Amino acid sequence: MSCFIVPVTEAIVTTVAEKVMKSKEKKQIVKLFLSDGSMTEATKISFATKLGWLNKMLWGGSALLAFEHLWHGEVTPFFPFLTAIESGNSASMFAEMGSVGVMMSVLVTFVWGCMVAVSSIIEKRNLNSTKLLRERA
Amino acid sequence: MTLLTTVFAAIICTIIWYRNGANNEMMLGTLSLMYWGASIMWLTDAIFAYAQFGVDFFAPAPLDMLHDFYLGLSVVALGLVIWLVILLVKDPKGVVNTALFKKNK
Repeated sequence: MSCFIVPVTEAIVTTVAEKVMKSKEKKQIVKLFLSDGSMTEATKISFATKLGWLNKMLWGGSALLAFEHLWHGEVTPFFPFLTAIESGNSASMFAEMGSVGVMMSVLVTFVWGCMVAVSSIIEKRNLNSTKLLRERA
Repeated sequence: MTLLTTVFAAIICTIIWYRNGANNEMMLGTLSLMYWGASIMWLTDAIFAYAQFGVDFFAPAPLDMLHDFYLGLSVVALGLVIWLVILLVKDPKGVVNTALFKKNK
């Protein structure tokens, strides 16, 4: 009915958070020692950039889901935009938002959390191997 | 069927993004994240539908499947259109800029 409204709401909050973080974050430059003995400087991906991944998933997913609702006639381009409100089914609409909508947001955020965790592990592994190479050199 | 179509679109985009390496000039990462987001949302829908209908969920009528596949293709097309608009507006390769501004001789 209108489950996509929950991820849209989350997307608005995370987009604002990303913009605020981007304005405050400083570039983290790390030195990487390559296996051939040479050294290079690389910029570490900031948390705001990682939050951007979540934004893209939430906005993109919600947009495509909203189109599906439009396809099924659950969303209309005129006020009140949702046929559930027009037909007086607000209670079931809110129940769906509270179950399916919230679960969608939780699942997308969980997948993003896994992505951030894996990327952090990869970053740490690369920095550790760099440290080892530097010690050997 | 809509979920399957979107998942396949997400997988194909991710493979193409990976093949291109660190070069993100075509913003394929954005496209694949969009499709992954939609896939997760439809997966949630599918879990709730399975909880409601049980195994009948896996045996849709052929006409329903065709209708859902049509919807899936439309969703993939809309995703591509959104990505194209973002690509042209952000213009990471500067192609639009070059087309709009001719150099003075």
